[in-house]
Amino acid sequence: MKRYSAFAIAREAARYHEGWERAWTSPAPKKKYDVVIVGAGGHGLSTAYYLGKNFGITNVAIIEKGWLGGGNTGRNTTIIRSNYLQDPSAAIYEKARSLYETMSQDLNYNVMFSPRGVMMLAQTQAEIRGYERTAHANALQGVKTEFISPAKVKELVPIINIDGPRYPVLGALWQERAGTARHDAVAWGYARACSAMGMDIIQKCEVTGVRQEGGNVKGVSTTKGEIDCDKMAIVVAGNSGSLAEMGGFRLPMESVALQALVSEPIKPCMDVVVMANTVHGYMSQSDKGEMVIGGGTDGFNNYTQRGSFHHVEETVRALVETFPIVSRLKMLRQWGGIVDVTGDRSPIISKTPLGNTFINAGWGTGGFKSIPGSGWAMAELVAKGEPGPLAAEFGMDRFTEGRFIDESVAAGVAH
Amino acid sequence: MLILECPYCGVMADETDLHGDGEAHLKRFGPGSSDDDFEGYLFMRKNPKGVHFERWRHASGCGKFFHAARNTMTLEVYGTYSAQTLEPPKAIIDAVKAKHPEWEGYK
Repeated sequence: MKRYSAFAIAREAARYHEGWERAWTSPAPKKKYDVVIVGAGGHGLSTAYYLGKNFGITNVAIIEKGWLGGGNTGRNTTIIRSNYLQDPSAAIYEKARSLYETMSQDLNYNVMFSPRGVMMLAQTQAEIRGYERTAHANALQGVKTEFISPAKVKELVPIINIDGPRYPVLGALWQERAGTARHDAVAWGYARACSAMGMDIIQKCEVTGVRQEGGNVKGVSTTKGEIDCDKMAIVVAGNSGSLAEMGGFRLPMESVALQALVSEPIKPCMDVVVMANTVHGYMSQSDKGEMVIGGGTDGFNNYTQRGSFHHVEETVRALVETFPIVSRLKMLRQWGGIVDVTGDRSPIISKTPLGNTFINAGWGTGGFKSIPGSGWAMAELVAKGEPGPLAAEFGMDRFTEGRFIDESVAAGVAH
Repeated sequence: MLILECPYCGVMADETDLHGDGEAHLKRFGPGSSDDDFEGYLFMRKNPKGVHFERWRHASGCGKFFHAARNTMTLEVYGTYSAQTLEPPKAIIDAVKAKHPEWEGYK
């Protein structure tokens, strides 16, 4: 792999940019790998990357039915934060956030991490108490957040209406080092680094079956033939259910649509991410100037990647109330992603009933922000066969034991 | 927008009048059941790409629970039926089979 640098740009500029090489290779699958990772989204690719980097396992194939980063990695609102209430969530999301800080240098690929700050508005008395509690919990967890006053909110976000007609802004939970990153670049950066370590990224290759022998995984059947493996990692988000069925086990998850929309580009007007959970909308401004807007999930199972119109209406209504300036913005695009949601709204990083098979799923509406932390923890689980401290609490057995990580109550709805 | 006919009041209700309530025909387990049975009842859910049977409530209407047969890939609705059933009635199964002869049937 040729390193990207200012010198490389100068060198290529002098020779008509003919020396750039492909960022990753697209090889035909080999007969056998040490580890087969199903799913080349952010989580699958980061799992592969940390398997190579932290554990020296590079005989790895990452199999993807579409193209890499073409699922939810390319369909989110790119927000990164770690102000969670529960200890296990705060630990893994903060690990992810801290890895984002150095990711561009680490991968030699500019992921445009922008720690611009994330603000979660408190608009009811209950929310004030809830976020003050989260701020205290975060202080104990080592996550830097603070509860700020309405005056500070207005200072940070001049376009906000703090004396709204229904829900005035009463304060906010503020995480200064949270922010956004370029979502595609995260997938591409990991893919390039994995390819450079000698891993095979096999795109347009759908897994059609899982072969077993003596209770252990033997390999996978794919549309590009049989591939043997010693270990398998299932990292396929919304499609986890069908992969689990092939492996002969069930999951406590359902897939629903989550929508986002983006406006026409306007001049810079807001340099933080604002989430308003009571009125249910969140917004940030992209580097191109578009306002990136997200809302809530639909209330029924759905695989269509398009959501219900009334949720768009609710989200937009909430934002017009909070930011009167956006009322005349035209929307450019609207899209939906399929998110896999568990019973307690926390992910699963776990061994499975099938031997040497591991699953990483159920990130629901919090997938993008967790990519590096999830890969870090999953790589440790796959390499050692036992979860490390980050993944320990996220086992599937927590549902049998009633040991939930209940972020559905703790974190509110928007992730 | 998802529109379902409430089998009780006959109203074509859109999803803002309804409340989705998850998988239909769950087998309930009471005190004394095994951990696995409880886990299955409380958390394990069918999550099919395709034909799915669900419980809904006509929340802004008669307030009653009912069942719907729906496709999660196309948002097509095959029909709605009473909540007082332990599995989908034949008419609904036939409606699904008429559109998808290859469908493996309700399990």
